[in-house]
Amino acid sequence: MKLTDISGGINEWFSGEGPLGDVVISSRVRLARNVAGYKFLAACTAAEKAEILKKLKDVVMGLDFQGDEVFYIGIDKAPILEKRFLVERHLISQHHAFGRGPRGAVIARREFFTAMINEEDHLRLQVLKSGCQLPACIEQIDRIDNAIEEKIEYAFSPQYGYLTACPTNLGTGARVSVMLHLPALKITGQIEKFLNAAKSLGLAVRGLFGEGTDAAGDFYQLSNQVTLGVREKEIAERFEKTIIPEIVEFEHSARKRLLAKEPSVLDDKISRALALLKSAHLISSQEAMFLLSHIRLGLNMHEHQGASTPAIDRLCSLGHDGGSVSEHCRLSIATVNRLFLLTLPAHLQLNYGKELDSTHRDALRAQIIRAALNG
Amino acid sequence: MQCEFCQSREATIHLTEITDGVRTETHMCEQCAQEQGVGSKNYIPLNEFLNNLLAAGPKEEEAAMPGESEGPVCPRCGWTLDKLQEKGVLGCPYDYEAFEQQLKPLIKKAHDGAVAHCGKIPTRTPKDSKREIEITQIRRQLDEAVRNEDYELAAKLRDKLAGK
Repeated sequence: MKLTDISGGINEWFSGEGPLGDVVISSRVRLARNVAGYKFLAACTAAEKAEILKKLKDVVMGLDFQGDEVFYIGIDKAPILEKRFLVERHLISQHHAFGRGPRGAVIARREFFTAMINEEDHLRLQVLKSGCQLPACIEQIDRIDNAIEEKIEYAFSPQYGYLTACPTNLGTGARVSVMLHLPALKITGQIEKFLNAAKSLGLAVRGLFGEGTDAAGDFYQLSNQVTLGVREKEIAERFEKTIIPEIVEFEHSARKRLLAKEPSVLDDKISRALALLKSAHLISSQEAMFLLSHIRLGLNMHEHQGASTPAIDRLCSLGHDGGSVSEHCRLSIATVNRLFLLTLPAHLQLNYGKELDSTHRDALRAQIIRAALNG
Repeated sequence: MQCEFCQSREATIHLTEITDGVRTETHMCEQCAQEQGVGSKNYIPLNEFLNNLLAAGPKEEEAAMPGESEGPVCPRCGWTLDKLQEKGVLGCPYDYEAFEQQLKPLIKKAHDGAVAHCGKIPTRTPKDSKREIEITQIRRQLDEAVRNEDYELAAKLRDKLAGK
């Protein structure tokens, strides 16, 4: 399979169709595992790493994914553009893309599952779903983990649980995270409150592409830090029952407040975003994400809160011939999500078929967005 | 109340400091508090975290005796605490035993006080170990039930523990 088979489309987890999808973009669970009888990767020779890679690749590729196709990519030999594409797509981590030595990834064609082999640990399993679906992620990753464990013995201690290269992942080895879209909290200046609350709950907050990235497009990734002394299901339940509902409520009330008290602020953001995106001929990735975020906010407020303001109505009537605003916008949230992904640098270049300098990328990005918004 | 720093936003953080018996109060907004470094960072880089914890060990003493042993060495992979500090990761699963004394405070700090696993157990784990883990898990639930004053659940858990 070639990556261009998937690079032109949107993946399931970014479809915006999952539960609470107007705020919760996706849910993800990762498990860190190591094979018993081997050293951790930092102490392994290249030959040992290659042996671990072969062993795990054979096991994971041999699993029964109930009809879902999986494919393997040798990350150490992959071109840099493909590695960047996989990071943009959230299929592998930055660490895996730009690490060293023999390593690879088994990826499900529908992109709900990845096994990173020889990342920081021998095996990092990942299950991604659209919207707020953590229990389903836990259930699916547990099934896959059990199937692997039938064939391979993991490094495990009764005292410390699953043994990981870094003590911060010890125990369950489980990292639960959700990707959130919080534009109204940002516009109303309340994002610091969210960040402080997350911190006080012992959660890590990162940007769209994980560690060390900023919150471009008002996307925030929230994850647990404690992996020892707590059960996998408890971590997921805490997110699902306590943390997520509160954040969603916080963002929703910020949206309502904007609509009731500061409709001109909201309309200004949406109108500026629309005007620029519809007419710009050069647009950077950062600027595109910033502006698309406001378009996504407007569409979601129309669909989920029934909001109607001059700017939202204009947004929703895009592509209509002056007729009345239909219940379902022609410009869909799925289209905006698609633009977020397809205009990322590696996506642009992979779909174009060759590497481009930044000016050409900015021109191509602007062209794709204009075509989508101007019909 | 207005933020004392920006004089515009509402103060939502109220800091009380007592120095030499003198009490001072500072009122600030979330943004200024962040800028003033009140509270900790959202995410502490791993290396910084490890350095802070491991630096508390007897390093100075060892440095004063060059040529002498520089702390424990894992007999299986040759890893040392210096290497852990340098690379941010361990060398092999056995390091958890080899450096247990030094790692335990670090583990405790990273995991909110926890030092024992509570969660999934591999199906191929020997029965004895499985029992040991299950007992630890029930004890933890029991402690929590007592803390929440749920004595009915606590009694059930106590019976379950007695049956193990």
